[in-house]
Amino acid sequence: MKKPVDRRSFLRVAGASLGIGALYQFAPMLVRGAAADEVSGDLQRLNGEAPASFTFAQFSDPHVGFQGAPDPLGTRAFESAVALLNRSPHQPDFVLFTGDLTHDVDDRDAHAARMRLFRKIAGGLKTRAIHTVPGENDAALDGGVLYREHFGESHYSFDHKGVHFVALDNVSQGSPEVGAAQRAWLQSDLARFPASTPIIVFTHRPLFDLKPEWEWFTRDGRAVMSMLAPYENVTVLYGHIHRHDARQIGKVRHYAARSLIFGFNDPATNETKHQLPFDPGDPFKDLGICVAASRRESETAALSMSEIVLTKAEISGFSGMQQMIKGGQAADGSSSDDAD
Amino acid sequence: MTQTRRAVVLAIGGLLVTHSAPALPQAAQVIKINASKYHFTPDRIVLEKGKPVTLELTSSDRTHGFMVKPLGIDTDIEPGKTTAVTLRPDKAGSYTTICDHYCGLGHTFMKMTIVVEDGGSTALRASAK
Repeated sequence: MKKPVDRRSFLRVAGASLGIGALYQFAPMLVRGAAADEVSGDLQRLNGEAPASFTFAQFSDPHVGFQGAPDPLGTRAFESAVALLNRSPHQPDFVLFTGDLTHDVDDRDAHAARMRLFRKIAGGLKTRAIHTVPGENDAALDGGVLYREHFGESHYSFDHKGVHFVALDNVSQGSPEVGAAQRAWLQSDLARFPASTPIIVFTHRPLFDLKPEWEWFTRDGRAVMSMLAPYENVTVLYGHIHRHDARQIGKVRHYAARSLIFGFNDPATNETKHQLPFDPGDPFKDLGICVAASRRESETAALSMSEIVLTKAEISGFSGMQQMIKGGQAADGSSSDDAD
Repeated sequence: MTQTRRAVVLAIGGLLVTHSAPALPQAAQVIKINASKYHFTPDRIVLEKGKPVTLELTSSDRTHGFMVKPLGIDTDIEPGKTTAVTLRPDKAGSYTTICDHYCGLGHTFMKMTIVVEDGGSTALRASAK
C-alpha cells in the first residue's frame, strides 16, 4: 500500500546532480498516482493553477564592469554561463538574477554603460524572459534610481505555473534592509494566497544572519521571514555571498548561488572575508550559475534543486589564458576594486 | 570632599573621555566616533566590562552604518547629526564593528574594533592609527 502524499512532501526540494557546469537546479516535480493527483487538484483549486513542470535558472553577482585581481576575465564567466545555458536542450522558462548585476562606479554615465552591457550580455540568452533584483553595487548609492531606469521596479511578484515568485529589494536603502514600506507591500501581496501556495522569494542578501560581521545578513530579515512563516512551501534564493550555500531554517529552504566574477572564502572557517584567488589553471573555479528544472519523476518531490559548476570546459574555444585576458577588457572601462 | 558627583576629564589621543567616580551612580561615559569614507576615527576603542558608555556617532561625508551584533548595535549614522548609542558591555572580548550602510567601493574595508576588558581599568581608552 502506498503512503499518502501530503502537500509538504509533495512540494519538497530535492537535490539532483547534473554532473558538470555551474548551475543550480530548482524546479517543481510532479508525482504520479491517485494521491498525488488529489494533492495537485487540491492545489489547483486553492491556488488557481496547479504546479506544473517547468525550469528556470538563477544567475548572480556578475559584477559587470569589474576587472582585475582577483579575476582578470571581466565578463567572461557571465558570457560563458549564458552560452552554457543556451546549449541546454531544455531551455528554462526564465532566468532570475539575484543582484550585483553591475559593479559600482562613481560616474553615473559609466554605471549606466555597465547596465547596458549587462543587458546586452543577458540579451544573448535564448530564454528572453529575465527577472532581476538589485544588489548594493547596482542601487545602494542612489536609492535605486539608475537601476529602475534600466530594469524597472526593484520589488514585485509574479505567478508561474502554480508557483508564486516574490522579488525583494534589500539593498536600495543603502542599509541592508527590506524596509517598512516594502514589508507592508509583501504582507498585502501574500494575503491573497492560501498557505499551501509554493512561494519562491529571490533577493540579493541572505534573509537570515549568515555572517553579520561580513555583512551577510538583512536587518529586518526576521520580520520578513515571520510574514512567510504561515506558508508551507517557501524557498529563498539569494546571492551576495559569492559561494554556494544551502540550508533549511524551520520550514524554509535558503539557497545561495555562486557568483559569476569571483568567490569568497568559507565563513565557517575564516575570521576575515577575502576574495578567493584567481587560478589561471582553472579560471572559473568557484564560479557558477543556478538552473532550476522540473520534471516528472518517481514518487516524490514537487520542487527540486541542484547545482552545476562552471568548469574549464566552459572556456573551450579560447586558445589560452593570454587570449582570454586580452579579450576580457570591458568596453566601458572597468575597475578592479573590492566587490561585496 | 562633598558627595557631589566628581568627574574626571581625560584627554587621550585627542579624544575627550569622561569618567565618573565609582562610588557614585555611574553616568554613561562618552566616546565620540566619526565616520567618513572609508574609516572610523578612532578605529579602536577599549571599554570596561559592566560600565555604561555612550558612543556619539557622527559622519563627515555621507550616511554610514555602525554595526556590531554581539553588542546589540546596528544603526545608521547620518551626516549633520549625532547618533548616540548607550551600552553596558557585559562580555569581554574583541568585537569587529563594520559600516553596514553601503557607502562606495571601499565600503567593505570600513571597520573598527571595540575591545571590552574585564574590570580594573578606570578610564576608557581610544586610539587612532
